[in-house]
Amino acid sequence: MSDGPLLEVRHLTRRYGERYACRDISFELWRGEVLAIVGESGSGKTTLLNAVCGRVTPDRGQVLFYGADDRARDLTALSGVELRRLVRDEIGFVHQNPRDGLRLGFSAGANIGEPIMAAGGRHYGNIRRTAADWLRRVEIDANRIDDLPATFSGGMQQRLQIARALVTKPRLVLMDEPTGGLDVSVQARLLDLMRGLAAELRVAIIIVTHDLGVARLLAHRLIVMQDGRMVENGVTDQVLDDPQHPYTQLLVSSVLAA
Amino acid sequence: MTMADDNAMIRVRELAKGFTLHAQGGIRLGVLEDIDLSVHAGECVVLDAPSGRGKSTLLRALYGTYRVDRGEVLVRHRGALLDLASAPPRLLMEMRRETIGYVSQFLRVIPRVPTLDIVAEPLLERGVNIAEAREKASVLLKALDIPEKLWKLAPATFSGGEQQRVNIARALVADHPILLLDEPTASLDAENRSRVLDLIEARRAKGTAMVGIFHDSASRQAVATRIYPLPERSQAA
Repeated sequence: MSDGPLLEVRHLTRRYGERYACRDISFELWRGEVLAIVGESGSGKTTLLNAVCGRVTPDRGQVLFYGADDRARDLTALSGVELRRLVRDEIGFVHQNPRDGLRLGFSAGANIGEPIMAAGGRHYGNIRRTAADWLRRVEIDANRIDDLPATFSGGMQQRLQIARALVTKPRLVLMDEPTGGLDVSVQARLLDLMRGLAAELRVAIIIVTHDLGVARLLAHRLIVMQDGRMVENGVTDQVLDDPQHPYTQLLVSSVLAA
Repeated sequence: MTMADDNAMIRVRELAKGFTLHAQGGIRLGVLEDIDLSVHAGECVVLDAPSGRGKSTLLRALYGTYRVDRGEVLVRHRGALLDLASAPPRLLMEMRRETIGYVSQFLRVIPRVPTLDIVAEPLLERGVNIAEAREKASVLLKALDIPEKLWKLAPATFSGGEQQRVNIARALVADHPILLLDEPTASLDAENRSRVLDLIEARRAKGTAMVGIFHDSASRQAVATRIYPLPERSQAA
């Protein structure tokens, strides 16, 4: 078990024209930690998430990722091939809309099997067994293994996407509003599932959400963004129960108590 | 530093805490000022002050939930006194995992998680295996008289008293050397109150350092080894 961080983001800055999407963002993430990034639309949350997996190249700053060999690699400086391999092997992504993360023309089993094959798995029987096992872990009936995701409910599609993102045991999983658009009861089930898997696999998670309730229950730590800046960064209850920044206070006081 | 404080588990020095309400024109509410408090192993210090004087604020500052404006909250963690008030997130989380437990007034957990696993979770976070963690959790749930048929259910539908006892079991399961108690007996009937007080007293006798808020004087007398009256602020906020 290594003692260093898994991810170090240093002074990350990204501009679109004159507008800053991310301005001098620095933070660290360790294995097994769940970090939530909250803030309103346009605050730079998604740009930050995309920069962490190399989909957006920052104008300034570094994204240091410590892979299975514990060597630091700066994602902003890798070649296209190296970056794709590292992201494929070590970073999972869960989109808000499951249709963006799933292959709709493939069966549920193939959606889970594809990343295994991309990582070098070849034995059909093993791949199918692993796929069935993951369906069970995300609470989808294994009898549905040959069904197309289009025949699934939204909550099931989201769980299938999580299985697809986690099956190769990445060290980091990025989630963009994974519970958005789901019924509250389905959300709870998903939260429970994600938290359990994060603890069991010691995977680190960065979750972008505008739902402070989700952040409170799921995240160990919280970053609040406004206008591309990180205005607050702390342990979840610190940020939510004693917010220091005017914007965080507004955000916390705007939530309707359930 | 006095000799007597050399083995303190908690040492609060010149702590001040207020709140700035940005939405209300930046009003400053001063709550705590010049708080000095040391707590040793085997002590149960009960905070005493009228409502609104900052008992809960102090307790939350001791847990790191509230940041402080001035002063230190030194906590003995892995043998050394460390300032929790300025600890970076990762150290604070480690201190909570290993050193400081907190009994809050309300149970706040992910819906759908079974009671047994909610209670076992603090041990799992420390890397204890699930069988052992569940075993310890079940011992506490028994001691707190939560019927076994409820253990597989999520506590959302439990009564207030049952939820509070689940909350207490969860806070006690990890045997933290420091425990903070925010009215742990508030929503309990007499029988369960005395069960909880017995557990707390047993922990104290084994050397746990405690700071608590208890509103009823019977509970207070049952567990307090010392009363700490919160000082009045020198000026109105």
